[in-house]
Amino acid sequence: MNPDGEARTQEFLERLDGGHLVEADDWMPDAYRAELVRLIRLHAVSEIMGTLPEKEWVPRAPTLYRKLALMAKVQDEAGHGQLLIRVAEDLMAPRGENREHIMEDLFAGRQKFHNVFHLPVPTWADAGLIGWLVDGAAIITQGMLLGGSYAPYTRALRRIVEEEAFHIQHGESICMALAEGTAGQRAMFQEALTRWWPALMMFFGPPEDGAALSHQAATLRFRIRSKTNEELRQRYLSKYVPRIRSLGFIIPDPTLQQDPDTKAWTYQQPDWQQWRAIIANHGPRSAARLNLRRTSYAEGQWVRDVMAATRKAV
Amino acid sequence: MEADRYHRALAELLMQLADDDLVVATRAGEWLGLAPHLEEDVAFSSIAQDEMGHAATYFGLLAAVQGGDRDDLAHLRPAMARRNSVMLERPNGPGTYREAPHFDWAYALARHFLYDMLERVRLDRVVQSAHRPLADAAAKIRREERYHTQHHAMWLRDIARSGPQYAGRLQLALDRAAADAADLASAGPMAVEMEALGLLPDASHLADDWRAHVVLALDPLGWSLPPLGGALNGRHGEHTQDLTRMLRDLGEVYRSSPGASW
Repeated sequence: MNPDGEARTQEFLERLDGGHLVEADDWMPDAYRAELVRLIRLHAVSEIMGTLPEKEWVPRAPTLYRKLALMAKVQDEAGHGQLLIRVAEDLMAPRGENREHIMEDLFAGRQKFHNVFHLPVPTWADAGLIGWLVDGAAIITQGMLLGGSYAPYTRALRRIVEEEAFHIQHGESICMALAEGTAGQRAMFQEALTRWWPALMMFFGPPEDGAALSHQAATLRFRIRSKTNEELRQRYLSKYVPRIRSLGFIIPDPTLQQDPDTKAWTYQQPDWQQWRAIIANHGPRSAARLNLRRTSYAEGQWVRDVMAATRKAV
Repeated sequence: MEADRYHRALAELLMQLADDDLVVATRAGEWLGLAPHLEEDVAFSSIAQDEMGHAATYFGLLAAVQGGDRDDLAHLRPAMARRNSVMLERPNGPGTYREAPHFDWAYALARHFLYDMLERVRLDRVVQSAHRPLADAAAKIRREERYHTQHHAMWLRDIARSGPQYAGRLQLALDRAAADAADLASAGPMAVEMEALGLLPDASHLADDWRAHVVLALDPLGWSLPPLGGALNGRHGEHTQDLTRMLRDLGEVYRSSPGASW
């Protein structure tokens, strides 16, 4: 970087420290843009891939009301993907890239998405658990990002977080019906919880002594995020562990406990090697879901051609 | 005797309305996350939700008329008790929605367009139905359906303007949809009673009206309505294995714990 650029970056950082918010057309250091693109692409693609595990349960949702609510929820996820991909496209425009590049990177294995969306959803309780405990984790991350320095992203997040709050109610309502239901329904939820717990612990990423430190440090410095992975996980545990236990369900971690004085949770570290493998598309459903997306994208190409030929703004 | 006839004709009509919407909503819902474009994914999902909501309304009316629970009626009746048109139960393409589906957007559009046109002419009648709760519900539903018609009309227009390779694709899809559509604009075995009792006014002209609307929309775009086919008549409870499979999915969880609250 030349000295001018360095001085400009320094000035940019000082303005961020003063609470300045950045807009899409403002000057920004390349590293700032790169971190934002990385983060928002990950978020957008996770929303898009996140439609697939839950949509599997729309036809099988037990009642007409649950079918409707789940359709609305999955539609919201697609809508969030749409909103975020536009924010990412604005940032990528100077590089001459758009959403097609994102999809190509996804299909080529160069674009990651969240670990939870690589996993199977074998029962209705899993579908409910995603709404309650996975979306509950997402809202903790997104709530923290709301205070970030890039205004277009925080504006999109405001709407997303508002809708996610409904998703949690939807998921919680499914899980409460199971918790208050028959022995079979309760067992179904307990099995789902046992299955998902390690993935929920992985959701926020490794703690600070892990390997993913560089992006975390950069996004903290750029005031894109304000809390570390571990701070978010601690907050999540404080919020959800008492709820889960009060329903009489067992969290499959005998070491899990909260220090009565510091309020800090100790817990069994999930297998971070496995986490790396999962987000590198080696999860149990990674290949199938990527194939689903790849096939539908390829087979829908003619429709996008029609749109490109006939509509001005798509 | 007269009351019994009224009751049976009303139940037949409500089943046609409820089963059509449940099945079409389910097929539309299978597109979730897989539509050719993100914006269209959101739009098509709204349509699927509207149809599912309408199904819930009709099942509620049916439950009120003959007793029972709307979810029992939606989830537990066997295929031979269903009254939906066979065209609506057909899959969106080869493969299942969970594993490697090869869905055909042109077919989804063609089918939904033909169904929209039916909803239009049928709802114009149902809003005048002698069964007041149904007429009131239909008035609200008809307002929502207007957006579906506009949505599909826009797609048809865009495809027609995009050139013969695209237009040809849609004609093939219309052919495939029409091949199962012989029962679509039929009011079934009690059509005469439905008309005579004022439940479905002018039921005898339903099919002609539908055809006129379809042709009016297709003709200026250069498409034709292919001959209608289909050996099975869904209005009589005759269905394909596609419906049996769909019903297995629809009721899988609901049936797993009878009487449970979900």
